[in-house]
Amino acid sequence: MSISVRHVTKRFAQFTALDDVSVDIPTGSLTALLGPSGSGKSTLLRVIAGLDTADAGTVSIEGTDATHLPPQRREVGFVFQHYAPFKHMTVYDNIAFGLTVRKAGKAETKTKVNELLELVHLEKFQTRYPDQLSGGQRQRMALARALAVEPRVLLLDEPFGALDAQVRKELRTWLRRLHDEMNVTTVIVTHDQEEAMEVADEIVVLYDGRVQQVGHPHDVYEHPVNEWVMSFLGPVTHFGSLLVRPHDLDLAHETSDGALQATVVRVTRLGFQTVVDLDVHGAPLYAQLAREATDRLTLTPGTSVYVSHARGESVPAVPGVPVPEVSVSPEVPAAPADAAPAIP
Amino acid sequence: MASASGLSDGTVAVRGNRRPVARYGLRFVALGYLLVLLAAPVAMVFYRAFQHGLGPIWSALTTSEARSAIEVTLIVAISAVVLNTLFGVGTALLLVRRRFPGRHFLDVLVDLPQAVSPIVVGLALILVYGKFGFFGSWIERNGLKIIFSLPGMVLATAFVSLPLVVRSVAPVLAELGDEQEQAARTLGASSWQTFRRITLPSIRDALAYGVVLSLARSLGEYGAVTVVSGHVIGKTLTLTLFIDERLQNFDQPAAYSAAVLLAIIAMGSLLISRRFRTRSRSVA
Repeated sequence: MSISVRHVTKRFAQFTALDDVSVDIPTGSLTALLGPSGSGKSTLLRVIAGLDTADAGTVSIEGTDATHLPPQRREVGFVFQHYAPFKHMTVYDNIAFGLTVRKAGKAETKTKVNELLELVHLEKFQTRYPDQLSGGQRQRMALARALAVEPRVLLLDEPFGALDAQVRKELRTWLRRLHDEMNVTTVIVTHDQEEAMEVADEIVVLYDGRVQQVGHPHDVYEHPVNEWVMSFLGPVTHFGSLLVRPHDLDLAHETSDGALQATVVRVTRLGFQTVVDLDVHGAPLYAQLAREATDRLTLTPGTSVYVSHARGESVPAVPGVPVPEVSVSPEVPAAPADAAPAIP
Repeated sequence: MASASGLSDGTVAVRGNRRPVARYGLRFVALGYLLVLLAAPVAMVFYRAFQHGLGPIWSALTTSEARSAIEVTLIVAISAVVLNTLFGVGTALLLVRRRFPGRHFLDVLVDLPQAVSPIVVGLALILVYGKFGFFGSWIERNGLKIIFSLPGMVLATAFVSLPLVVRSVAPVLAELGDEQEQAARTLGASSWQTFRRITLPSIRDALAYGVVLSLARSLGEYGAVTVVSGHVIGKTLTLTLFIDERLQNFDQPAAYSAAVLLAIIAMGSLLISRRFRTRSRSVA
């Protein structure tokens, strides 16, 4: 294990940010710490880096007990959400910083920095200052700066949070490729489940200062251990007293085992899929269907149908756990006529 | 500055058809006030000093007493500024970057010298370090003399100019945040390297502004210094005390010459400080 966190607790005044957290991060992996704001994910990353100290518990990095080591002796690379560029230094000097404080030779530093400039495609910008760069360029500079000291682990705190959607997608793919080339153990903090699923080998889901579930993105999505992980990782809807994925529901005109009778409220066609808002005796429910299924059923508002949970996982819905009841995800480009979220 | 000029533009546009008396009245009052209070006295000092050309000034400022006063002033002011620069940066870092019990108390304490009359500061120093003072007898037995000599004057001057560096640096540090410092730490920099290479360059202009202000304040200090100096001519007279002493002895030419010298230094430092202030604002 590259990073081993054992029973770490961290409190800020009355607020418990981390509550007895234990996590293992395998060498060479790319792990995502996923959770909403306030879940403790950034605090956990900062505890690993030594920027915050745990009230209890231990952190070891590559077999060395790092619990009481100051950040400069942990050999971690840390990329801040807002990049924390050294504003009074050029791109070149920013990247060279870690090497110059280690008193590396001039020639050696130059070779290394040029290598990194090429890696992050900033060769042409090396004499610029951070405020002359775009957000994406600053992000890449921060990454190169962290990589310059050849850290044992690379820690990224919401690295793409401040970028626009297009740049974020590009950088995400680029980061994954970079990781596969360099093979440095990487931990990325994010609140975006899509980002975590796309980039990471393993996802650690945090909520309320506790680890909820650890696993391969696919497993966490398909087999969530509780209602919370289920609703955070993907779309969910209430099927009776259960929480299910709307794409795991089937609609039919005939009843079947465990099926619920429902009335169609609205049908929204989104190109490759159709979202059907339903009403089960006053309770809202929605299903995502393939286009052919909708065409076969000829659904119109007011039609009575039977809804069955055909496949996939379900977890008991716990009252009080907030579940988004929005059937049309804002990330999916919707047909203009029915673009509004279909909340009954 | 931009908002201030915008405001005055608006005022002109709205009130443009007012009677000239009202328009010029305010300017007249404001300028008149400055003239009576500031410009006229300063001009008079300059006039009196230069009344008979440069020669008398030169000879008045090159007597051994005057030369000693200049020397003492420089020694005291520079020592106080060095002390306050080190202390000021340290305190600003402590106040902005650390959370500890008593932080608010320290914050208030830093402003104390601005509220307390300099005479009181001088007296207090005598009570603590004087011959019959709290530490004074112990210090004198060890062969050190603080009151009625240079160390006491440095202490008094440092005391009155204490808040200036702290108050120029602290807001810039707060604005800067500590992410760059944290980034430097994760890249392997020690506390000192982080301070030297990240914090210091970022607060440079604000620090320079504070230093120039302290220097101006230290050069012109009179009240606290007069109590602890003992007025030993040729030994513990600063320029301000020298001016006073010359006036008492009806040697006006020497007093005016020294006053002009102080005024020129003060105006010079004011001009320099304005440059640093605008630069530190634009960086922040």
